[in-house]
Amino acid sequence: MKSIKRDLVIIGGGPAGLAAAVAAKEFGCPDVLLIERDRILGGILNQCIHDGFGLHRFEESLTGPEYAQRYIDEFNRLGVDAMMGTIVLSLDRERNLLVSSRKGFTKIEAGAIVLSMGCRERTAGAIQIPGTRPSGIYTAGAAQNFINLQNIMVGKQVVILGSGDIGMIMARRMTLEGAKVESVFEILPYAGGLARNIQQCLNDYDIPLHLSTSVIELHGKSRLSGVTVANMDENFLPLPGSERHIPCDTLLLSVGLIPENELSHRAHVTMAPATGGAGVDDIFMTSVPGIFSCGNVLHVHDLVDHVSEEAALAGQFAAQFLEGGIPSPDSHINIVPKQGVRYTLPQHVSGLRDFTLSLRVTEPLKDRAVWVRDGDRKVARKKMVRLHPAEMIRVKIKGEKLQNTRTLEVSVE
Amino acid sequence: MKRKELICIVCPNGCQIQAEIEEGEKIQVNEITGHLCDKGPEWVEQELVNPMRTIASSIMVEGGDFPLVSVRTDSPIPFKSIPEIMKAIKSSKAKAPVQIGDIMVKNPAGTFCNIIATRTVQTQVLP
Ligand SMILES: Cc1cc2nc3c(=O)[nH]c(=O)nc-3n(C[C@H](O)[C@H](O)[C@H](O)COP(=O)(O)OP(=O)(O)OC[C@H]3O[C@@H](n4cnc5c(N)ncnc54)[C@H](O)[C@@H]3O)c2cc1C
Ligand code: SF4
Repeated sequence: MKSIKRDLVIIGGGPAGLAAAVAAKEFGCPDVLLIERDRILGGILNQCIHDGFGLHRFEESLTGPEYAQRYIDEFNRLGVDAMMGTIVLSLDRERNLLVSSRKGFTKIEAGAIVLSMGCRERTAGAIQIPGTRPSGIYTAGAAQNFINLQNIMVGKQVVILGSGDIGMIMARRMTLEGAKVESVFEILPYAGGLARNIQQCLNDYDIPLHLSTSVIELHGKSRLSGVTVANMDENFLPLPGSERHIPCDTLLLSVGLIPENELSHRAHVTMAPATGGAGVDDIFMTSVPGIFSCGNVLHVHDLVDHVSEEAALAGQFAAQFLEGGIPSPDSHINIVPKQGVRYTLPQHVSGLRDFTLSLRVTEPLKDRAVWVRDGDRKVARKKMVRLHPAEMIRVKIKGEKLQNTRTLEVSVE
Repeated sequence: MKRKELICIVCPNGCQIQAEIEEGEKIQVNEITGHLCDKGPEWVEQELVNPMRTIASSIMVEGGDFPLVSVRTDSPIPFKSIPEIMKAIKSSKAKAPVQIGDIMVKNPAGTFCNIIATRTVQTQVLP
């Protein structure tokens, strides 16, 4: 088997991997290698052909492929090395990788690693709907891939379960392609995606969104013929008498994303249950020295602009780590989510530098403030008109305010 | 006087905007609240008179390394012309290679917009 040594290896060529590679190269890292299993760069952006990407980063409303192309151009201009059609099979704590491609297996010994494998969708199996197992049931992302990349239309009469952004975007896309989208059903009492998508993907096309409602049974022999839906009580149990049958040939699931962390587990990286990703510090380093994580594999983002920003930092710190420019990890300040906060990222910091604290709230709220405190001392406060679990909140924190801090508590009040 | 609730779609903030309007020959907007920036009111006035949208779709490509090229309108178009523009998109075909930014359909349905390619599709190289 071929065996090689490389400085910085980036796993995954989506927006996170691309931004990390570009930033590391620009920082001066001489040897950057990006490994991507697909035959093209850009990751999931290739199938997101709708617009709305890049409003923060480029102050323009780009489509997914256009946004990706900006980074791919930069990546090529800098001459970063890429191994395409190559999958990373395993990774250990000493940063040894085993990769596979048509040409065979290769062992790679890496000086530092950036994990940017993205996420996959939760499937029908994962949410266990009773009934038959006919064809016609897809995750919204799989349907997006079929329709937008492979020119395969998945159905004519559609029900969508879950009000995540991808589901709503697909409701519009299928409508424009001539399908009839009956309804979107959401088990929670509020929508899972951005308000603008409720407006421009559902309201615009008179597609009803039913909250606190879910699909409780599937019907059909070889092809889906309909679903039974019911209103749900506070414990997510169907309210008797509210069941109704909806004929359809297609069910799209938009019920959440799961970070793709098999490699992180193999490397024995400490995970954070609340995010489903690795636990990291203010340089995006995991519990394993020299292994960094960013993008959707770290925590699910709603905006790709934030993915790029975070990943560029991860790439730059990885390059700095290789130069020996980062003192031994000393991230002793724990960040603890309190009232109203589902998770924070990073989970612990050094206090040596400024950083952006990302967090999600547990439920939709109005006119509140996010507080970051060290005991009784205010470290940061951000007032917000509207807070929603679908929208990541970011708060800038100054390193100089963390001189003798041991714990930071984050709450919504 | 009527109150209208709208969700601004200009940026991901998606502000819920309330507008006090007077309907007549011309809709008159008296007061707008709930926006976080100046683009909100501008958008509301447009939305009430003539809603505009950007749409994305794809066009079949012959001889390309992908069967489809993704496309979008290069500027917002009147919401009501979407069906006609979709028809124009669906009835057109392209030949590889296609460059990102290429104009695929000029002024569909009598609008001022163009349909542009949002990705590059190379000529397929047969093995
Ligand atoms: C279906 C879907 C639709 C979305 N739609 C939107 C949207 O409309 N707007 C928005 O802002 N965000 C959207 N998102 C969120 C979007 O994923 C992120 O904004 C962004 O694409 C995340 O970037 P990433 O680089 O972390 O992951 P990805 O784009 O998923 O890239 C990960 C890359 O890693 C590669 N990879 C994974 N494992 C390996 C391995 N072992 N070896 C080699 N390569 C590997 C994958 O092939 C992939 O190319 C969507 C996500 C999904 C899943
Ligand atoms: S009003 Fe401004 S901040 Fe609010 S959604 Fe519109 S553009 Fe965004």
